[in-house]
Amino acid sequence: MTKRLFVKGNEAVAMAAIEAGCRYYFGYPITPQSDIPEYLSRELPKLNGEFIQAESEIASINMLLGASATGVRAMTSSSSPGISLKQEGISYMAGSELPGVIVNISRSGPGLGGIDASQADYFQSVKGGGHGGYHIIVLAPASVQEMYDLTMLAFDLADIYRMPTMILADSVVGQMKEALIANKRPVRDLPAKDWAVRGKGGGEQRVVKSLYLGDGELEAHNWKLHAKYQALKEQEVRWEEYETAGAELLVTAFGSTARIAKTAIMMAREAGLKVGLLRPITLFPFPEKALLEQTKTCKKVLVMELNAGQMVEDVRLSVARDAEVSFYGRPPGAGSLPTPEELLEQIRKHL
Amino acid sequence: MRQDVFISGFGGQGALLAGNLLAYAAIIEGRNVSFYPSYGVEKRGGAAMCTVVIADGEVGSPIVGNPSFMIILNQSSLDKYGAKVKPGGVCIVNSSLVSTENFHRSDIQVIEIPMNDMAMDLGDARMVNMIGLGAYVEKSGAVSLSALENGLKEVLPERNHRFIPANIKAIEAGALRARQ
Amino acid sequence: MQQVFKRPTSLKDVQTHFCSGCHHGTIHRLVAEAIDKYGVQERTIGVASVGCSVFLYGYFDIDVVEAPHGRASAVATGVKRAKPENFVFTYQGDGDLAAIGTAEIIHAANRGEDITVFFVNNTTYGMTGGQMAPTTLVGQKTSTSPYGRNKAKDGAPVRMAELLAQLEGVAFSARVAVNSPKNLIDAKKQIQKAFQYQVEGKGFSFIEVLSACPTNWGMNPLAANERVGTEMIDYFKLGVFKNL
Repeated sequence: MTKRLFVKGNEAVAMAAIEAGCRYYFGYPITPQSDIPEYLSRELPKLNGEFIQAESEIASINMLLGASATGVRAMTSSSSPGISLKQEGISYMAGSELPGVIVNISRSGPGLGGIDASQADYFQSVKGGGHGGYHIIVLAPASVQEMYDLTMLAFDLADIYRMPTMILADSVVGQMKEALIANKRPVRDLPAKDWAVRGKGGGEQRVVKSLYLGDGELEAHNWKLHAKYQALKEQEVRWEEYETAGAELLVTAFGSTARIAKTAIMMAREAGLKVGLLRPITLFPFPEKALLEQTKTCKKVLVMELNAGQMVEDVRLSVARDAEVSFYGRPPGAGSLPTPEELLEQIRKHL
Repeated sequence: MRQDVFISGFGGQGALLAGNLLAYAAIIEGRNVSFYPSYGVEKRGGAAMCTVVIADGEVGSPIVGNPSFMIILNQSSLDKYGAKVKPGGVCIVNSSLVSTENFHRSDIQVIEIPMNDMAMDLGDARMVNMIGLGAYVEKSGAVSLSALENGLKEVLPERNHRFIPANIKAIEAGALRARQ
Repeated sequence: MQQVFKRPTSLKDVQTHFCSGCHHGTIHRLVAEAIDKYGVQERTIGVASVGCSVFLYGYFDIDVVEAPHGRASAVATGVKRAKPENFVFTYQGDGDLAAIGTAEIIHAANRGEDITVFFVNNTTYGMTGGQMAPTTLVGQKTSTSPYGRNKAKDGAPVRMAELLAQLEGVAFSARVAVNSPKNLIDAKKQIQKAFQYQVEGKGFSFIEVLSACPTNWGMNPLAANERVGTEMIDYFKLGVFKNL
């Protein structure tokens, strides 16, 4: 059997980045994600990589932009307030069709908020965040193993679709330790980066940019981006179904909340209640079709989030017309983490 | 089979180390496990807590509302969390520092172990957490004592490996005490 | 007949969008001449900023990354760290570098990033229509300082070349102008020196170039050129402030 390591979710992200071939990290310290820069500041120099603790989140996302423009795999990580600062750069990267991995170990807000686990950055992550009507790929790990596997996947998806890709997690997933099998980087055919700046070297000039001023140029560019988003919806949607067969109530939750909900569902099943879970793993693209499929038979959906109601909007847009969607969530803050017992009570209430 | 324990004390008592060791022992035994730490707001001397869930199948929630076991190392932990022990559960209390005078639960088993006094008798005041952990493992059978002992060299930094024998002695002392 | 004057090969044969009397064209040429002189066209990556200089890639025949407003030196940091073998420069205006991008330039300079920065100071936001810049002179009227820059309220103009020279990471910092043949010859020399620094891996090099903006100054090209030589140089002294 492959050796199982015992590591923190945040460390798993950093380990996966290295295994994925990322040698460039740019960031700024913020709780609760500092394990990631700490790990990489120690390990990247050993691999002839570059680690920069930048002067700000704004600088670090732009360093990522610059490094990605040369075709290397690079990343940054932060937590909610820092991710807000990065939005300008993310918009430019989306416009310039640059890959790059951004990790958000989110905390509670708005403003300085608190450092507790939170899912209040769902809207910011999947609906653009910055200006200009773009999307990025958003992956929501729920375990230490997924922190590792999805980080590695994030680098591949970013390269395939030439898009910034975000890992959206919180301190529950980032700080907890679980067994990890440190899988090797999968062999995958990736498109050549024939757009990356390298110094002309006798070839054609290459320009990485997001400014399009010519007649019709920007519209065409936006339609091109839009086509990529449609392709993602066709090809890259990922989700987990748990105990959905014969379910009379479908719980939908992502990340840490899905983990807590899963135990609530185990308890419910033991009590003979017919409850299942649909856990979106990709938040963009969202598992719209899977939800539609499930709600053809299961007419009650209960969305659980660590916020006052965000993903529930996407669930409502996805389900069958006659399905009834209810919501249970709690805005984050110290002592506000729901327990399985509490979620079980909600399941009973909504069945 | 799914087992959970909540370990709580103030920073420095080793609640997190005990949780780490327990989780690592479960990994050695090939089981699934989650270790979820949480802290009080104070930077130093504040509360330090963790929840460990060990399962043969999926771990599910790393957070447990009503743990079946608790290891309580200081008074404020009992005052704050004692009421949450699952009915029928077990609360292992460090009676050197914790009074159970105002703790009235007839639906759980309360095991009082003078962990600080025992640690002093063993010659190392830092062994409080290991005594508590030994008692827990004895009562729950969550992992084997040998897995715990093997886990020590993984969770202790290299420079502290010389303390492994003392830790093993403390774990065994805790287990023995819980058996009595 | 012998050809004595020709377009640098790293400049494209296109017309620029610059206004008559603007110094950007001249400065572009000096940078291109330096690229040619050091033979680095094939391995140069330019970082364009936001402002009148945003179309860098339209005029230079080199690879270019376009940076968000003010972030050119952070972008260049990422480029250079990933590709240390490439010659990397930024070309930024006064709003970009000395206002919104102050943190980025100071920290790139302080880290001693091995890049070359061209800072074009024309005392105004040219692209957006002549608003007050951090380098606008006291008393100068702009579209957002209609009563003239007020030192008590707006502060005094920032002298970036002197400011950056204070930082340990900066190997070379100079201010030049292109308003007269004499100044132009010296500007050419200093720009080439800034290139030399990076080619030799000596660290961060910074060149501030004073530039006219006749359109936004409401002057004809001659008068604007004249102003560079008088009012501007009077406050923004030419010279080399750091030369390690």
